[in-house]
Amino acid sequence: MIWNEKIELLSRDGLKKIQTNSLKKMLKVLYSNSSFYKKKIDEKGIKISEIKTIDDIGKLPFTDKDDIRDNYPFGLFNSPLEEIREIHVSSGTTGHPTVVGYTDDDLQLWSEVMARALCCAGANKGDMIQVSYGYGLFTGGLGLHYGATKMGLTILPMSSGQTKRQLQLMQDFKPKILACTPSYALFLADEAKKMGIDPSKSSWEIGVFGAEPWSKNMRDKIEKMLGLTATDIYGLSEIIGPGVAQECTYKDGLHIFSDVFYPEILDIATGEAVKDGEYGELVITTLNKTGMPLLRYKTRDIVKMTTEICKCGRIMPRISKVKGRTDDMIIVRGINVFPSQIEHVLLNMDETHPHYQIIVTREDNGLDNIEVLVEIKQELFSDEIKVMEVLSSKIKNNIQANLGVGVKVRLVEPATLERSEGKSVRVIDKRTL
Amino acid sequence: MKLKQVSIFLENKEGHLLTVIKLLGDNDINIRSINIAENKDFGIVRLILNDSRKALEVLGANGITAKITEIIAVEIDDKPGSLANILEIFHEHKINMEYMYGFIQRYSQKALVVFRVDDINNAIKVLSDNNINVINEKNIDIL
Repeated sequence: MIWNEKIELLSRDGLKKIQTNSLKKMLKVLYSNSSFYKKKIDEKGIKISEIKTIDDIGKLPFTDKDDIRDNYPFGLFNSPLEEIREIHVSSGTTGHPTVVGYTDDDLQLWSEVMARALCCAGANKGDMIQVSYGYGLFTGGLGLHYGATKMGLTILPMSSGQTKRQLQLMQDFKPKILACTPSYALFLADEAKKMGIDPSKSSWEIGVFGAEPWSKNMRDKIEKMLGLTATDIYGLSEIIGPGVAQECTYKDGLHIFSDVFYPEILDIATGEAVKDGEYGELVITTLNKTGMPLLRYKTRDIVKMTTEICKCGRIMPRISKVKGRTDDMIIVRGINVFPSQIEHVLLNMDETHPHYQIIVTREDNGLDNIEVLVEIKQELFSDEIKVMEVLSSKIKNNIQANLGVGVKVRLVEPATLERSEGKSVRVIDKRTL
Repeated sequence: MKLKQVSIFLENKEGHLLTVIKLLGDNDINIRSINIAENKDFGIVRLILNDSRKALEVLGANGITAKITEIIAVEIDDKPGSLANILEIFHEHKINMEYMYGFIQRYSQKALVVFRVDDINNAIKVLSDNNINVINEKNIDIL
């Protein structure tokens, strides 16, 4: 079922009209209300009257995560604090946390897009949903909750953790929908087995999984283990939380609710719009938000987008799964390389740990080289050089096939690769560019 | 008749071998033989020690990747043609050799050769059938 047929099945021209009107309205409010955006727009040397249609959006300045952090805590709120009804906070690895504020209207908007998302995933009114995202400052739990309330689902607000209880209540109440992170879905399956429950016979038929990147392989694994249809949900707290984009049951890209979250896919190097179907950074403008509206927010997520109409009938464009993050990406010999691609290869090989480090060097002749250091598994260490060399070339071939660029692989001793605060240092770029 | 060889994975880094060898010495572990195989990135150090189990514990505790491999050591006459004799026996019985190395012993006129083969039980059998002296663990202790 489609939650909002009027919008989700609207013609492209109709959609464009809505986007144009909303953008103009947004700019008027921002320019008169927000000293932050007034300054940004002035510095860019553009008058808001020059923005005639949504296609002019490229003339406007960007916003990024640093802008939010630098204005900690409430500097980017565009409504008086007493009109902010809810605040969410996401922790950052560096600097201030990211704070976002929602007005009543924003909470309504959130419910609306989340209701669309749940319908898109295959939910029907009256279905029971087990919400196993964390409730609290994290947007996952409450976002799903608001959407499920709006849609008219029966909510089991489990939050994260209490795995045994999650499984117990799943057996007793038989919820049809499970909403959690994909890694927690796998964990639930493993724990079920330990409890003597066959996870493939779970009551869950639909999974709404997100808040972390996951691969197609992981989807296959989850679907097989839990016997459900696993759909991907995308969102980030800066934009609204979950409910920015959602896969339909065809699982061929995530429908981005572009009437309210206007997407652009921009070339990482030039900032210019890429062609339909090419990878670039996802930049989103929140056309309707009032608490903390953001203009051209750089998500740092790398996706591609298609405007082809989906088999499900929705006109909303579809973005791909997140391929990587701009902050992780390295460009070698003109090819974009993401550490996640290498991790993906190593995870799919029984012989390796996903512990690796990428060293990029530039030779005197200007040629760039990638060397991937891979920690060996103690149990796979062989006293024969030949066996170790076969392993090393197998890793090399698999990585090269995935990256499309030649690499050198070096096996290193376990637990020797640099780790900072539990997080691995994935890339060492020794090039002086 | 099988002997234990401790195999250690070592990256080609300065001072790395020294660290390992020193660690063994500091723990009173005596080296009977040492052999190193290497490529340009890493090496595999193969050691016959007086106490393999203790060595594995010490190495493991220090984060060094090591494992025990079973090998055979054969006593051969220190004269031309005696190694060929052994290899001929292996060849005849289709015993595949992964690697080998020799070491000198102090107390006899004979040479010792270590073989890593695919079918160690069969190797021991055919060598014994041909009256070749395969060293057992007790012998190695008095070497």
